[in-house]
Amino acid sequence: MQKDNNKIINKLAKSDYKYGFYTDIETDRAPKGLTEDTIRFIWEKKKEPDFMLDFRLKAFRHWQKMAEPTWAHVKYKPIDYQDITYYAAPHKKPQYENLDQVDPDLLETFNKLGIPLEEQKQLAGVAVDAVMDSVSVATTYKKSLAEKGIIFSSFSEALQDHPDLVEKYMATVVPYTDNFFAALNSAVFSDGSFVYIPKGVHCPMELSTYFRINAANTGQFERTLIVAEEGSYVSYLEGCTAPMRSENQLHAAIVEIIAHKNAEVKYSTVQNWYPGDKQGSGGVYNFVTKRGICKEKNAKISWTQVETGSAVTWKYPSLILKGDNTTGEFFSVAVTNNMQQADTGTKMIHLGKNSRSTIISKGISAGNSNNSYRGLVKMSGQATNSRNFSQCDSLLLGDKSGAHTFPYIDVANKSSIVEHEATTSKISEDQLFYSLQRGIDMENAIGLIVNGYAKDVLKKLPMEFAVEAQKLLSISLEGSVG
Amino acid sequence: MPESNNISNQPEVFKNTLTELFENNYDQIMENSSGKIKSLRQKAFGIFKKNGFPGKKTENWRFTDLNHLFRNDFIIDFETKSQKVDISNIFTCDVYDLDTYCVTLINGWFAYNNSPLTKLKNGTIIGSLYKAMEIYPEIVEKYLGSIAKLNEPGFVPLNTAFMQDGLFIYVPDNVKVEKPVQVINIVDSQKPVFLQPRNLIITGKNSNLTLIHCDHTLTHNISFTNTVSEVIVDQNGYVDHYKVQNKGRNSSLITSLFFKQEKGSKLFNNAITLNGGFTRNQVDLLINGENCSANLNGLYLMDNNQHVDNQVFVDHKAFESLSNQLYKGILDDQASGVFSGKVLVRRDSQKSQAFQNNKNILLKDDAKVNTQPFLEIYADDVKCSHGATVGQLDPNAMFYLRSRGLSERTARQLLMYAFAGEVVNKISVEPLRENIIKLVEKRLKGELSICDQCILSCNSREPKFIQNIVD
Amino acid sequence: MLSIKNLNVSVEGKPILNGLNLEVKDGEVHAIMGPNGSGKSTLASVIAGRDYFTIEQGEVTYMGKNLLEIPPEVRAKEGIFLGFQYPVEIPGVSMTNFMRTAINEKRKHQGLKPLSGAEFLKLMEEKKKLVKIESKLANRSVNEGFSGGEKKKNEIFQLALLEPKLAVLDETDSGLDIDALKVVANGVNMLKRKDNATILITHYQRLLDYVIPDVVHVLFDGKIVKSGGKELALELEEKGYNWITKET
Repeated sequence: MQKDNNKIINKLAKSDYKYGFYTDIETDRAPKGLTEDTIRFIWEKKKEPDFMLDFRLKAFRHWQKMAEPTWAHVKYKPIDYQDITYYAAPHKKPQYENLDQVDPDLLETFNKLGIPLEEQKQLAGVAVDAVMDSVSVATTYKKSLAEKGIIFSSFSEALQDHPDLVEKYMATVVPYTDNFFAALNSAVFSDGSFVYIPKGVHCPMELSTYFRINAANTGQFERTLIVAEEGSYVSYLEGCTAPMRSENQLHAAIVEIIAHKNAEVKYSTVQNWYPGDKQGSGGVYNFVTKRGICKEKNAKISWTQVETGSAVTWKYPSLILKGDNTTGEFFSVAVTNNMQQADTGTKMIHLGKNSRSTIISKGISAGNSNNSYRGLVKMSGQATNSRNFSQCDSLLLGDKSGAHTFPYIDVANKSSIVEHEATTSKISEDQLFYSLQRGIDMENAIGLIVNGYAKDVLKKLPMEFAVEAQKLLSISLEGSVG
Repeated sequence: MPESNNISNQPEVFKNTLTELFENNYDQIMENSSGKIKSLRQKAFGIFKKNGFPGKKTENWRFTDLNHLFRNDFIIDFETKSQKVDISNIFTCDVYDLDTYCVTLINGWFAYNNSPLTKLKNGTIIGSLYKAMEIYPEIVEKYLGSIAKLNEPGFVPLNTAFMQDGLFIYVPDNVKVEKPVQVINIVDSQKPVFLQPRNLIITGKNSNLTLIHCDHTLTHNISFTNTVSEVIVDQNGYVDHYKVQNKGRNSSLITSLFFKQEKGSKLFNNAITLNGGFTRNQVDLLINGENCSANLNGLYLMDNNQHVDNQVFVDHKAFESLSNQLYKGILDDQASGVFSGKVLVRRDSQKSQAFQNNKNILLKDDAKVNTQPFLEIYADDVKCSHGATVGQLDPNAMFYLRSRGLSERTARQLLMYAFAGEVVNKISVEPLRENIIKLVEKRLKGELSICDQCILSCNSREPKFIQNIVD
Repeated sequence: MLSIKNLNVSVEGKPILNGLNLEVKDGEVHAIMGPNGSGKSTLASVIAGRDYFTIEQGEVTYMGKNLLEIPPEVRAKEGIFLGFQYPVEIPGVSMTNFMRTAINEKRKHQGLKPLSGAEFLKLMEEKKKLVKIESKLANRSVNEGFSGGEKKKNEIFQLALLEPKLAVLDETDSGLDIDALKVVANGVNMLKRKDNATILITHYQRLLDYVIPDVVHVLFDGKIVKSGGKELALELEEKGYNWITKET
């Protein structure tokens, strides 16, 4: 069965990346390389307020003094930061009144991605902001959201329309000094999404952003800022894809979430950047800093992520539980295959009393890949009566992959309780045989079992996403997922 | 005391002083070393000179601050050599009802009544490493430095460069050493001392050995001990190893314990830390053959501003072996504890089973714990798990006991014994277990003093030294 | 339908089946009885295609094809069903999803269109009634948290859904209370047709009060040492296995 198993895994490994198309759209690019001039170029191009130039330059100057982190359990070729284009926008400046004016090629791109914008417009439920090569190209439902006072727009628009809000909150959770990639993003980010939910407003639909890298030799540096005022609620979805290219593409994003008193934010990601081919060439370097703060009491933030793409992932969606009685959650499924490497996890920093956090992480490693969970749970001296529970499981498919668990637990008060559990095992031969005996072939059986294994996390996803995520996980499970 | 040296509290300065000291006393340090050992020392010295001491940024040292250890007035003694002393004049120690071969190291040098190196009837050799280098160079050369890792910064290369004396045990194939060997490390000095004992333990195929290490200080003076031990367990061998630490508040202890297991062997290691100003125990196990089993247990009970740091690394390099780690700690006052356990299952080490568990109780808000149970797995047919908890005594259990009429204090103590019991009950040498249980109870009641002359219940009986001497 | 000739099977060099012969024809119910360790479960696993065993010698023909060359999932799609002695739990995978996948795989194999969600649910409802199984079982993950009896009933439910040609029930009766036993027996009887066959592997005669076998075999030391009608089972019950072992 081992042999069969490997065969199937190899087959899975060979399965095509179905988002690997490239759209031929003229783009407006900055010259390659990164200097203060590049930053001024971006700033001018985007007609940003003055404080942004100051912010970007400070970040850039700080970045120049920093070294790339090496502590993660990943290896990759050194990145030549001067060989990257830091700004590439679809040429036809996207200022649309309605979707009919959108470049048909672009619409086709989004259709291929499975985001039928036109359909979305009619269906109740999801409002979409699509970001392609760093520029937001379409935001649907803006008007109906505006009636409730909700702002959901591209970051650029927010800088034009609500500069005060952006200035007030931007970089308050992830300062540009935070880490190498955060500094880089702060210097050069070109767009992203901005969400503001006013006091007491329950956002009536899921807000969704799709990120797409299209142009060659381009880095994608987007920035998302979500502010939930007192007593508000929002569920936010993020999806990502990229074309297949033989060279590596850099994606260094920042997401910041601020949840005020009694507010709740759910942030869900299905990350499916191009993972590279099976020899490990090409693919996206996904170096992302995501952090939220439960600023005042009773605030709650949840991260749910399904990570299947990227050649190298370096990503730790984290939470600072500052207010008393705040809640933080992290639910993650990370699948690595072929030569993929993922070092992902979370940090739960408990500062407030009676704060609660839950971590559920399911890692699945196949092929020659390496999949690491890295997490920190910190109970400060003030965070009395706080609790954390973490469960981190790893499943190994095939004997050439690696599964690693690196939890860090720091506790500095006597009334908090921290529990961490982890297991590592291979996929069960008995479960596989049982499925085979029912006539289900190996490929589908693995898909079923893996989906079952990840169910605790998948069920946290909003419906539309859960289906997509299940498909992604089992790749060839067409039709079998009910 | 011929060599007295001023050492500053800066690691860099301390390092420079040590390098000078090495260079200036080169001949004396090398005096007893064969060519092979000489080159080992030189290599180690080169590494130490290059890397120096670990800093706060060194991954395994992030939570343990070393700077305060480096003092300006340590004495390093190259000359005492193994000494003939009437140990009973300074110290008596044994375990009730436990008949042991008892040997003593005073300030890192082997102390003896009759002979520095003795051979039992069954061929087992017990004695001074310094002497063994002279008499059994072929054994020492083969094993010394064979498993201690020189590539990590700091203390292992430093010890390897400077090592002088320590315990040497060689158990030939097919020998079961009936009585446990008990080693007492005594620090007894009126001045601050820096000691670097080195132990080498070799057990042959199908052999058995129980070894009990006790660390003591007889003085309230400042001392800093950097011990390195290498323990080789050959095929189907069995080693039961204990480390009992009860040292003064002014003593700092860094121990690096390296084990290597061959096919079919069994290992038990127990580290019981009852007191110590600063204690760091590194356990590094290489499972080099299939069908081995290893149980690594630890218990630490810390109060005041004591600091304990347990670093455990298990390297599964062969298939179908089992390792099991259980470390538990209770931290009171401003005490701090670190546990860092890492399991590596290498590619092709199929059917490995590795379990790791670290449980902590904090009794005060100022106590701290940092725990990092890591798994790094490269084989798929494995069963591995780890768990870590930090918490308090179970309030439901507390309430249950109090509802049965127990005082809060008694209830708490009972639950703490129960917590510690999970580790202590794994001790297989019964009289030793009984004694450690008593010590733990005493410790948890706050009655165990580090001034007690001997942690293993002192009594007036004569100390037992090695009998059955044939040469 | 099934023909086994001189089957020799070992596990890690240890022989388990030693020259076993068995012929099963359409419409027949066979009971295979024998003491612990006689090789009953091994026989069931070999028919289903578990690769844990080494086939040393012999042939197994199913519907005219060499069964031993066929991978386990294809055997299942061709109509072989194994009722497991210890059904495994598959956390997170719902029974509904699992069975729908299995049925649609089989339909694909037969060149039929897959069942839609609604059609499948209707089929499930029908079969639930047929085998008198509680609805809640179908809504849970495969065998997860099921009691021993529920697991066995769930095997019969799957048998009903998949409608195999050849069902091999490995100690499906063991550990059941009398009500559960009746559910299992009832399921087997309801599903009996002229063109399918059942092999009941059992330790006790009890199940055979409810399912009347056409042939009873006694398996001992890896081969069938005695075959007879249903009265053989009663005789065994009365005299114990020692009777057979002495005789052989």
